[in-house]
Amino acid sequence: MAYQHEVRLQELAAEPMRPAGPRQGFFHGTFQSIRDVSSRRELLNQLTRREIKARYKDSVLGFFWSLAKPLAMLFVYYIAIGKFLGAQRSIPDFAIFIFAGLTSWQVFSDIVNLGTGSIVGNAALIKKVYVPREVFPLSVVGSSLFNFAIQLFILIAATATLGRFPTGDRWLYFALSLAVLVVFATALAFLLSAINVYLRDVQYLVEILLMILMWASPIVYSWTLVQNALAGSNGVRPPIYPWIERLYLANPMTLVTLGFQKAFWVAGDAQPVSIKNGVLITPYPPGLGRSLFLMLCISVVLLWFSQRVFARLQSNFAQEL
Amino acid sequence: MSTPVIEIEGLSKRFVIRKDKSLKERLVNYHRSKLHKDDFWALRDVNITIDSGSTIGLIGPNGSGKSTLLKMIGGIMQPTMGSVHLRGRVAALLELGAGFHPDLTGRENVYLNASLQGLTRRQTDQYFEAILDFSGIERFIDTQVKFYSSGMYVRLAFAVAVHVDPDILLVDEVLAVGDEPFQRKCMDRIRGFQHEGRTIVLVTHGLDTVAELCDRAVVLESGHVIADGAPRDSLRVLRSEFEQARQDDIERHQSTADSSPTELPRAHIEGIEVLSGGVPVEEVPVGAPLTVRVHVRADEPLENWILGFGIETAVGQSIYGTNSKLLGVHLPALNGALAYDFTIPATDIGEGSYMFHGAIANEAGAEVHKLLEGASLNVAAEGRETGFVHLRTSLTPSAALR
Repeated sequence: MAYQHEVRLQELAAEPMRPAGPRQGFFHGTFQSIRDVSSRRELLNQLTRREIKARYKDSVLGFFWSLAKPLAMLFVYYIAIGKFLGAQRSIPDFAIFIFAGLTSWQVFSDIVNLGTGSIVGNAALIKKVYVPREVFPLSVVGSSLFNFAIQLFILIAATATLGRFPTGDRWLYFALSLAVLVVFATALAFLLSAINVYLRDVQYLVEILLMILMWASPIVYSWTLVQNALAGSNGVRPPIYPWIERLYLANPMTLVTLGFQKAFWVAGDAQPVSIKNGVLITPYPPGLGRSLFLMLCISVVLLWFSQRVFARLQSNFAQEL
Repeated sequence: MSTPVIEIEGLSKRFVIRKDKSLKERLVNYHRSKLHKDDFWALRDVNITIDSGSTIGLIGPNGSGKSTLLKMIGGIMQPTMGSVHLRGRVAALLELGAGFHPDLTGRENVYLNASLQGLTRRQTDQYFEAILDFSGIERFIDTQVKFYSSGMYVRLAFAVAVHVDPDILLVDEVLAVGDEPFQRKCMDRIRGFQHEGRTIVLVTHGLDTVAELCDRAVVLESGHVIADGAPRDSLRVLRSEFEQARQDDIERHQSTADSSPTELPRAHIEGIEVLSGGVPVEEVPVGAPLTVRVHVRADEPLENWILGFGIETAVGQSIYGTNSKLLGVHLPALNGALAYDFTIPATDIGEGSYMFHGAIANEAGAEVHKLLEGASLNVAAEGRETGFVHLRTSLTPSAALR
C-alpha cells in the first residue's frame, strides 16, 4: 500500500497542473477542443449507442420505426405528388427520385432537429459530470448517420432491383454531397444546441425553418420544374427571377439533394435539355460538382465558427440549464 | 511527503438571477431586467490548496456554496473570477445515478457511466466483474435501471466510480442512500483509497462522517471560507454557527409571536461551571466526583420548565445527557437568576476532553435556550482503556475449572 502511495505521488508530481473544465479563448482553443473530443471517442461511441438503443427501446417493433417514417413519406409523396399531381409524368423513376431526396433530407433534419435539443436533453449529465460537451451533438450525428445507413441500403437495393445501379463517378457526387450534408448539419447542430440553452425558443423555430427549407429544396419536385417556373413566360422574365434562382442554389440542401439525385437517380440523366422563353433548362445546374466543393469549404468554415461559439457558450451551460 | 493536486486561487462565482426566460419577456422587460438583474455570489474569494492523499470535507449550511465549489473542481462550472487547477484523473460521484439512462439496462449503463468517467471499453470489460461484485446487484444487471430502487442505483453508481482508478474522487452527499452494510463497504473502500494516496473531496451534512473520515474540513458560509483546518476545529466553528442560527430563530420567534399559544418565555443560560470538591476545575482524574453548575436567568417568570445538560466529545458527538424531567425533579417557578447543581458522584467517562452544554425547555420540550460549549473538561486517566466510558476493568486468570 505504502509503495502504491509513493508511485501515485511521483506520477502526480510529474504531471503539470491543468485548469478544471474547458479552456477559454476563441481562437486558441480549436486544437484543444479537437484533442479533447478525440480523447473521448469511447464516450462518443457509448453515447451514440445509447441514442440508437434508447430511442425505440420499449416498442415491440423497435428499430422498424426509424424506417417507417421515411417509407410512409415516400408512399404519401409518391401517391399525392407523383400520381395525383402528375409529377410522375415529367420525372422518370419517380420513387427513386423522391427516395434519394428524402433520404438525404431525413438525416439532415434528424441531425439539426435532435442536435438542437441535445444539450438541453442531456441537462442531467451536463450538470453533473464534466465531459467535452461537443460529444452530445456529435452523438446525435452518429446515431442519425446510423439510421441513414439503413435507408441508404434500401435505396441502393431499390436501384439494383430496378436494374439502374449507380456506377462510376456518381459515387463521387454521393461522397461530396454527403460530406457537405454532414459538415453543414453538424455546424448547425453545434450552433443551435448552444443557443437553445439560453433561448429555448430556438427548438420551435428550428422545426418551422426545417419545414420551409425542405420545400425550398428539390426533394419532391425536380430542379427542371423550378427552372421552368423561373424562366418567365411569353418572352417576359422579371429581373428578379435569376436572383431567385441563384438564391435557390445557394441553399446547401438544394445542392446536396441534387447531388444525391445525380448519384442514385440514374433515370434522371435521360431528362431532355430544353429551351423555354429563351432560357436553357438543364437537368442539373452547370458545375454541380464545383458548387458542392465550394459549399463544402464554406461548411467547414461554418463548422469551425460554430464550434468556437459552442466552446464559448458552454462554460455557462451547467448554470443555465 | 505530498504534492498539491488541487489549487484554488481567488475563486469567485456569481450567479445572475433572472426570472424571464422567453424572448417576449426579455424584450418587454429589457430595460427593467437590466436594472433589476439580481446578482448572487455563490462563492467569494476562495483559496484552498489540497494535497494528494488527503481527505477533505466541505461542510456548511444549505446554500453555502459547497456543491458549487465541488462542481468548479469538477470543471462543470466555470469561475467568474479566479482559477481552479488540478492534476490527475478526476472521478465524480455527484448525484444518484446521474449519467444513467433509465431505458438502458444496468450492464449498458455501467459501460456508459464508465466511459463518462473516462474509461475505455476494454478497461471496463476488465473491471466489470469487480464492479458487479461490489454493487451486489448481479440479479438485476440486465434489467432496465428505471426499475431499480434508489439504493440499487447508488450501489451501481458508486461501484463504477470507485473502479475508475481516480486520483481525485469528488463525492457529493450520496452515500446516505445505501443500506448500512453497503455504507460500510463504501467507507471501507474510501479508507482503502486513503491508503492508496488518492485524494477525496467530500460534500456532506453528516458531520460525524467528516469527523471520522476526513483529515481536514473546510467550512463554507454564504460563499466564504470561515474555517479551514483539522476537522475538530472546523466542526466546532460550524456547530456554533448552526447554534447561532438556531438561537436567532428562537429569538425571532420570541419577539414576533407575542400572542401565539406556543409563546416561549424569555430565559437563558448564563453559564456552566464544572466543579470538583467545590472548586472550578479544568481537569479531573477519571472517577472523581463532579458538580455541573448551571446558571439560569429568567427575565419573566419561568414556570413548568425543564433544565438539562449534556456532554459531548471534542468533535461534537454526544455521549451523555439528562434533564430535570428525566431525573423526576419538578423545578419551582423562577424569576430572576439562580444556579442549579447537577451532582455526579463519579466521573466514569473515558480519557479525553469533553464539552458541556446546558439547555432550558418548556414543558412541551420546545427549546427555550441552549448554551453550547458552556464549559470544557479534561478527564485524565492512565491509558488503561479507550472509549467513552470508564468501566474499571481488570484482568485475571479465570477461576472457573476447565
